[in-house]
Amino acid sequence: MEISRHWRLRKQRYALVGEVCPHCESKIFPPRDVCPECGKEAKTPYQFSGRGEVYSYTTVYEAPAGYEENAPYTVALVKLEEGPIVTAQLTDLGEAPVQIGAPVEMVTRRLRQDGDERGMIVYGYKFRPVLAGPQ
Amino acid sequence: MTEVVIAGIGQTPVEEHWDTSLRELAFNAVQAAQADAAGLRPQALFVGNMLAPQLSRQAHLGALIADFCGMTGIEAFTLEAAGASGGAALRAGYLAVASEQVDVALVVGVEKYSDTVGAEVDAAQMTSADSDYEAVQGLTPTAQAALLMRRYLYEFRVERSALAGFPLVAHVNGVGNPNAMFQKAIRPEIYERAGMVSDPLNMFDVAPSADGAAAVLLTRPNLLPPGFPQRLVRISGSDMATDTLALHDRPEPLAFEAVRISVGRACQKAHITPLQVDFFELFDAYSIYAALSLEASGFAEPGQGWKLAQGGAAPAAISLQGSMPISTLGGLKARGNPGGASGLYQAVEAALQLRGQAGPNQIPSAHRGLIQCLGGPASTVVTHVLEALD
Repeated sequence: MEISRHWRLRKQRYALVGEVCPHCESKIFPPRDVCPECGKEAKTPYQFSGRGEVYSYTTVYEAPAGYEENAPYTVALVKLEEGPIVTAQLTDLGEAPVQIGAPVEMVTRRLRQDGDERGMIVYGYKFRPVLAGPQ
Repeated sequence: MTEVVIAGIGQTPVEEHWDTSLRELAFNAVQAAQADAAGLRPQALFVGNMLAPQLSRQAHLGALIADFCGMTGIEAFTLEAAGASGGAALRAGYLAVASEQVDVALVVGVEKYSDTVGAEVDAAQMTSADSDYEAVQGLTPTAQAALLMRRYLYEFRVERSALAGFPLVAHVNGVGNPNAMFQKAIRPEIYERAGMVSDPLNMFDVAPSADGAAAVLLTRPNLLPPGFPQRLVRISGSDMATDTLALHDRPEPLAFEAVRISVGRACQKAHITPLQVDFFELFDAYSIYAALSLEASGFAEPGQGWKLAQGGAAPAAISLQGSMPISTLGGLKARGNPGGASGLYQAVEAALQLRGQAGPNQIPSAHRGLIQCLGGPASTVVTHVLEALD
């Protein structure tokens, strides 16, 4: 079981916490301590809004070990409104087909089991379509 | 840099080698390469392999293969760069011989996918992606390619069928390669009707993973005896570049920057422009990667690479009769995709072309070729320019 690895990533997985560069204001996710835009040190935590849009998507029919329960599932590149792109599953899709450009929002969902039924459950971010109209 | 030549080549057929172990498969390729090079003995062994630790429960391949090949004692280690492991091993062998630290280098690529069966194999392949931020989301290498293909079709307003030419040409070329996994042409209607693997990628957009081993012996030409029986092939350019590991960290995911950089530098070192090569053994693990590699290498404008795969009244540009033949002995799509060995199959096939030994697939007067392998979605790219030494 990879407890320590998943534990270290909890702020990113549950809360989409990245960094903001104090020099050039770029928003960084995942956090990497050096700004990819200006190259200077960037360790200030930044809470992303969770809003974004679909940049690309695909539906995986042949799931790898550990993900069979969820198959077929749709995984996407989501462009967050602050700039960075993240890889994430799409969820709560219903019947409507996914489209590039569709607005989505972050939710916390179960990603996979780690180990057997007595192992830990790995949670993390997924994105669901933002529905039009009052919610 | 000092001149480095390929003096011997060897390969096994690409298939599911149920009866052959990892060490035996490597030995078969090594034995063939040494016989081809009139028994040349190496001082160093460089192994290209991706997944043996996961799939065969076997790491430490340098020591294992040197030992099993009767070369116990020589310098030996593995290079790993996902799908570009073979290219990385070739680069290491090249640098060792060019630096004159090593006189004869043996470079072997070997992969035994079939040592594990089922969903564990897909899970192992995901280690080439970003474990913390890509793989955990269930993103497989095929899904990565699918994300790129969908974006490409969207941005450039191209139909799926525009990419059909890549597997079609690869399969036509596989017919003439006795070592290829698939030696049968496929009809265009078959491509159209093929089942989805990870949409919009269908079965024929994905090269088949299989077992294989290929080897080359590298040396400096002045070390060879007069009357050496093989036509020598020179490595005139060698370069490697990386991009962000994760696809989502790319400023422009369709750009394949590491391809552009490594092709530019490898050709610069060979004192040529990319258009001066006679063929291009590119990394067609996915049809979309073939299109993107052609664009980033400078053979087509962004979003236009698919046009090189269109045939009709005239043969497609990428066909053997075209202006820029690719996958001349089947490529990854028809010869097969033996993981870390792919880069060495490309070197062996390019050497066959340049020696005039490519049989029915011979490109007339082939003098210079480009070989290139990708780790992940061009997160690592290794490019070599090979030339016939006259």
